[in-house]
Amino acid sequence: MAEKETQKTYRMHLMICAGTGCVSNHSYEVKEALEKELRKHGLENEVVVVPTGCNGFCERGPILVVQPGNIFYQQLSVKDVPHLVEEHFLKGRPVAKLMYSPPETKQPVPVLNDIPFFNKQVLIALRNRGLIDPEKIEESIAHDGYKAMVKALSEMKPEKIIAEITLSGLRGRGGAGFPTGLKWQLVRNAMSTNGGQKYIVCNGDEGDPGAFMDRSILEADPHSVIEGMVIGAKAIGATAGFIYVRNEYPLAVERLSIALKQARDYGLLGQDILGTGFDFDIQIKRGAGAFVCGEETALIASIEGRLGEPRPRPPYPAQSGLWGKPTCINNVETWANVPTIINRGAKWYAGIGTKTSKGTKVFSLVGKINNTGLVEVPMGITLREIIYDIGGGIPGGKAFKAVQTGGPSGGCIPKEKIDLPIDYESLSEAGSMMGSGGMVIMDEDTCMVDVARYFLTFTQDESCGKCTPCREGTKAMLEILTKITEGKGTPEDLTLLEDLAPAIKDTALCGLGKTAPNPVLTTLRYFRNEYETHIQNKKCPAHVCRPLNVYTIDPGLCLSQGHGCDVCRRNCSSEAIAGQKNEAHAIFQDKCIKCGVCYDVCAFGAVKVD
Amino acid sequence: MNEQRVSEILTRYQGDSSSIIAILQDIQEDFSYLPPPVLKIISHELGIPLSRILSLATFYKAFSLKPKGKHRIHVCLGTACHVRGAQRIIEKFERDLGIKSGETSADREFSLDAVRCIGCCGLAPVVMIGEDVHGKVTQTKIPGLLKKYKK
Repeated sequence: MAEKETQKTYRMHLMICAGTGCVSNHSYEVKEALEKELRKHGLENEVVVVPTGCNGFCERGPILVVQPGNIFYQQLSVKDVPHLVEEHFLKGRPVAKLMYSPPETKQPVPVLNDIPFFNKQVLIALRNRGLIDPEKIEESIAHDGYKAMVKALSEMKPEKIIAEITLSGLRGRGGAGFPTGLKWQLVRNAMSTNGGQKYIVCNGDEGDPGAFMDRSILEADPHSVIEGMVIGAKAIGATAGFIYVRNEYPLAVERLSIALKQARDYGLLGQDILGTGFDFDIQIKRGAGAFVCGEETALIASIEGRLGEPRPRPPYPAQSGLWGKPTCINNVETWANVPTIINRGAKWYAGIGTKTSKGTKVFSLVGKINNTGLVEVPMGITLREIIYDIGGGIPGGKAFKAVQTGGPSGGCIPKEKIDLPIDYESLSEAGSMMGSGGMVIMDEDTCMVDVARYFLTFTQDESCGKCTPCREGTKAMLEILTKITEGKGTPEDLTLLEDLAPAIKDTALCGLGKTAPNPVLTTLRYFRNEYETHIQNKKCPAHVCRPLNVYTIDPGLCLSQGHGCDVCRRNCSSEAIAGQKNEAHAIFQDKCIKCGVCYDVCAFGAVKVD
Repeated sequence: MNEQRVSEILTRYQGDSSSIIAILQDIQEDFSYLPPPVLKIISHELGIPLSRILSLATFYKAFSLKPKGKHRIHVCLGTACHVRGAQRIIEKFERDLGIKSGETSADREFSLDAVRCIGCCGLAPVVMIGEDVHGKVTQTKIPGLLKKYKK
């Protein structure tokens, strides 16, 4: 029965995004409505609706791409469905009003590849996004899934696989950028001296806030990761593997479980894979909500059922990992790159990118940007191209201030460096790092002192407490930053921060602590004036640090423009606003909790903040 | 009653003590928290000291030793949500529910927790209630959201 269904041919495929973003924008309701409407017109044997993984353009969800033709529809709702089915799928007239129109031209762009968000992207890790149903292995296979694995298992010696990965220049996509081929070689060599069991691990504990590429890959194309891991297993000689997935990603766990079962059923995993005599299987391990478990030694401890605390290295997992055996740990995106390198060759891959950073990188473009979403771009692209060409610039005509990369371990890069070509080295020279690929855009309304305080709150909270510099040092830095954002800072505080930061960097046990001061150091380096304004003038220029804000209502504007509309008073949760309809309103400063809701709801600009 | 539910979960993992984290996750899901009597049963069955189980239960954020509400509210405090005002969102929930983050309302309808990024950054600020993801949340939408789940 299932076989029959997959063999059925349709004249049209409606690829609806079923990534987490679109699902929360009701894409499943749109899918059901489409199926119902297609049946109503007797089209169910001609047109099929296919749920896919994340399309990337999350800002515009729910997204539907019609094949053939690559026609892109966006922000669909159930009520758009009858018109769309009748016009496009029955009569063949694509519906312009449901297409994307760039804000500059206001002209609908029918074809996906012509949309600026997509046309500068180069897809390797995300090669199957929007093209396959992640819950059907047949669709993955139809798009060259497992082809590289067949080649690696039947035609290539382990040395040849490692040589190919080394030559490609692939580096770890989890953040640190360690050369993948070299890591594989180390684990392979470790086997020849120790013998016995070895392990492959996929690190899917994507903890950096603001990054969701690993989630997207696992949800959209789980087979690409499984295939990469089998190739890695052959190269290093492992027979067992684990995928460690964050607890917060239930959909990724579900899709991976389905994918693993299907791969086993097809003989692509398990004993004697495809009759080549090679055995390898994979288990899923769910994380339990601890950021530090993204660190490889903590992750290993967590898989073994222990507290996720890091330990000093060496020995590195390549020598002594899971249960003391040589273990090769790579991140989700790294594994997803492997099959394409084997298929298309190391030379091809190394032709993309810069001298030291080859291939592409997936970034999640989020924060104060028009086109939020997931993008895969060649290394060496400039920040300007990402922010303005792909991202469509800053919303509401606001000024771009900085971009934060590398999560809590990274830093803020100021607007002066917008023409920086992105690779591992250029980002660390700027004081930040590649990290897992979160790219949070900040505009003039973002306070950089608050951002530094935010990241320290994060690292302080997530510090496992094992080593003193991280446990106590991040706490001390956080206390100073909190003081500054409350208007109680002194000029000496900045000196103290500058003393503490390198001390923590040099002495903390693991990556979490060693990099925790980075957000403070980069904001001090590029935005020192903001710190000084908080300390000297007791003001937050971006009006983010609330203890420093004072909200008032301009009585003239309130009455002349809004006729005392009373919306602010009705939304105030602390009864701090006086007035009634047709009267000018006013704020009792002693009752105001500075939540800012009055400022947000006033349609007449009568509420002021200073 | 408890014994039966626990033994079902233990059978799933064939009494493998290295699966302790997964076992605790299933218990958390089933009971909405880790009841101390249940932890004692597990400690006995798997031969793991109770102190070690409690250290896991308090280290990992997915676990709670107190019962959670019928509707679990998770307010995302990831970076993208933070720069789009998530702190004000969680404070509004705290005021409207009369509880602090990490607590459960007296009627056990809601519990409120902060979460570090749920990977829906495109929709920031994001709130998860149960399994439902709500994007682009504003302070003014919160009373309506709570009302919807309460009935």
